[in-house]
Amino acid sequence: MAVLDATLDTGLIAVPAAEPATSRTRRRAGTLFWIALAWIGLVVVAAAVANLLPIPSPTDIDMLGRRAGPSGEHWLGTDGLGRDEFSRLLFGARISLGVGVLAPIIGLAFGGTLGMLAGYFRGRFETLVAGGVDVVLAFPPLVLAMAVTAYLGQSIPNLILVLGFLGIPAFTRVARAATLSLTPREFVTAARAIGASHARILLRELLPNVALPLMAFFLLGVAVTIVVEGALSFLGLGVPPPAPSWGIMIGEGRESLDVAPMLAFLPAIAMFLTVLAFNLIGDTLRALTDPRPGAL
Amino acid sequence: MAGFLSRRLLGLLPVLLAVSLLTFAIASLLPGDLAYVVLGDQATPENVAALRHDMGLDQPIAWRYLLWLGHVLEGDLGRSFRTGQTVLTAVTERLPVSLQLMVVAEAIGLLIGIPIAILCAVRAGGAFDRFMTGTAFSMLSVPSFLSAILLIYLFAVELHWLPATGYTPFLEDPIDNLRGFLLPAFTLALGEWPVLMRVLRSDMIATLQEDYIAMAKAKGLRPARILWVHALKPSSLTLVTVTGINIGRLIGGAVIVESIFALPGLGRLLINAIYTRDLIILQGVVLLVATGFVLMNFLVDMMYAALDPRIRHGRA
Repeated sequence: MAVLDATLDTGLIAVPAAEPATSRTRRRAGTLFWIALAWIGLVVVAAAVANLLPIPSPTDIDMLGRRAGPSGEHWLGTDGLGRDEFSRLLFGARISLGVGVLAPIIGLAFGGTLGMLAGYFRGRFETLVAGGVDVVLAFPPLVLAMAVTAYLGQSIPNLILVLGFLGIPAFTRVARAATLSLTPREFVTAARAIGASHARILLRELLPNVALPLMAFFLLGVAVTIVVEGALSFLGLGVPPPAPSWGIMIGEGRESLDVAPMLAFLPAIAMFLTVLAFNLIGDTLRALTDPRPGAL
Repeated sequence: MAGFLSRRLLGLLPVLLAVSLLTFAIASLLPGDLAYVVLGDQATPENVAALRHDMGLDQPIAWRYLLWLGHVLEGDLGRSFRTGQTVLTAVTERLPVSLQLMVVAEAIGLLIGIPIAILCAVRAGGAFDRFMTGTAFSMLSVPSFLSAILLIYLFAVELHWLPATGYTPFLEDPIDNLRGFLLPAFTLALGEWPVLMRVLRSDMIATLQEDYIAMAKAKGLRPARILWVHALKPSSLTLVTVTGINIGRLIGGAVIVESIFALPGLGRLLINAIYTRDLIILQGVVLLVATGFVLMNFLVDMMYAALDPRIRHGRA
C-alpha cells in the first residue's frame, strides 16, 4: 500500500507551477480513459459470467496434463497442477475484483462519514478523529494487514475486512479536507440561514459535493487494494488456496519460471492492466474534480 | 522553533502510546491463544492452564498491557519461544540487511529518476517528456512482486547474469554481497523512480523559468552546466525530502522483496514469524517498525518546518 501513499503524495506535491502541455494531455487522457473503461468493463463481465461459460472448472486437478500448452480444451493451457489456466484467470478476476471493490467500500462508508462529520462539526470530535487517523497511518499498512490476517485466519471475508479497515484513514482525510473547504462557502451559509438542520446540510448540501472527489479516490483505492490483495496472496497470506486469485497464480507461476513463464506472466499482465485502468480512471476523475489549475 | 519542537514532541507521546496499545490489542484480542500455539500437540487443558499462568495470560488484559509496556520501556520486548532469541537481537541482526536494501534501492531510483526528470523538464510537453511521464504513470501501477518476477525471469533465468536468491554478508565478500542486492534493489527502484522523477520534474520546470537561468544563458554558459549546476540544486529541495520519506516507506515493499529474493532482513523476520505463528517476535517487530515509522514521519515534519517557516507558525 506504499503505492497509495505514492499516488497521494505525488498528487499533492507534483502539481507543476506551469504546465505547458495541459490541452494536449487532456485530449490524450480522453482516449486512454475510454480504453481503460472498456478494459474494466470487459474484466467485470468476464468475472460475472465466468461460471456460465463452457470452460473447465478452475480447481479440477489433472496431474497427467500439467503445464500443457494451449489447446481446444484448454485455451491458455494448464498450470502446474493441470488446472485450466484461462478458467483460473476468469475466476481469479472474480476474487481480485471482488476484494478490490468491496474493501474500499468499507473504507468509503466509514471513512467518508467520519471525515464529513469531523470536517463539519470540528471541535473535539475532529481532534479525536484526526488523532485516530494518525495512529492507524503510523503502521506500515502491508505489515498491519499481514499481522491481522495472521491472527484472524485466512479467508476472503477476513481479507476484505482488514483491507477495508486499512482504507478508512485515507478516506477520512479526503472527506474531511473536502468538507473543510466547502463548509465556509455561501451555499452552506445560505442553507443555515433558512434554518436547515445539520443532517440536511450534510446530506443535501455537502454530500453531493464531497461525493465526487471521494469517488475518484475510491477508484484509486480499488487499484491499491487489488495490488495489496495480490501481494498478500502471492506470499500465501491472503486468499486461501485452491481459490484462484491473480496473486496466488503469480506466486505459483514463480515456481516454474524456467519451464513455463507464461503461468506467471498471464495473471501478471491481467493484474497490471486492471490496476493501470483503475489508476487512469481515478486520476482523470481526480484531475477533473480538482479545482487547481493544471492539475491534470 | 524550540517551542514548536517541544509542542510537537509532546504531541508524539499520545500517538506512540496509541501505537503500542493497538499493537498489543492486535496481539491479544484477536482469536488464537498463545498458550495453545506454544504447546502445539501437548495442549492438554492442564498444560494450557499452567502455561497461561506462567505467561501471565490469566491476568486482566489492562494489567497485562501495563506490564508489557513496562517491560518494553525497559528495553525488554520478550523472546521468541521458538528460537529463544530476544526480539531486540533478532531485529538488530536483520536491520542492516533491510537498511542496505532500502538505501541501494533509493540510490538506483535516484540514478534513474534524476536524469530523466532533467531531460523531461528541458522540453516540458515535448515528445520525450510525454512518453516518460506516461511511462512513470504506468510504472506506478506495477506492484513490486510483478517487477520481481519479471527481473528474475530476465536476469536470472534467461541471461544467468545475477543470482535469483541468496545473501552474502558484506564483510565476507563485498562483490557477491552487491550482486545479491542488485535485483531486489532494482525491483524496489522500479517503483521509486517515477515518484522521484515526477517531483523533481515539476520543481525543475518552475526553476527553469527563473530570471537567473535566463541570466546564465545570456552569459553563454553551456546548457549542461546550467542544468546540472545552476538549476538542479535549487530544484532538489522537495526531492531530498521525498527521498528521505520514501526510504522509510520502502519497508512495506521490502517485506515482499526480501521474501522473494530470500534476503534475511526485517521483512523475512516478520513473514517467518507469521508463518510459524511466533507471536512474540511478530508483536515486537510490528511495534518497532511502527515506532520507527512514527519517529521518521516526525523527523520529516521537522525538516519541513525548518525549511518552511509558515508551517512553524501554523499558517500553511
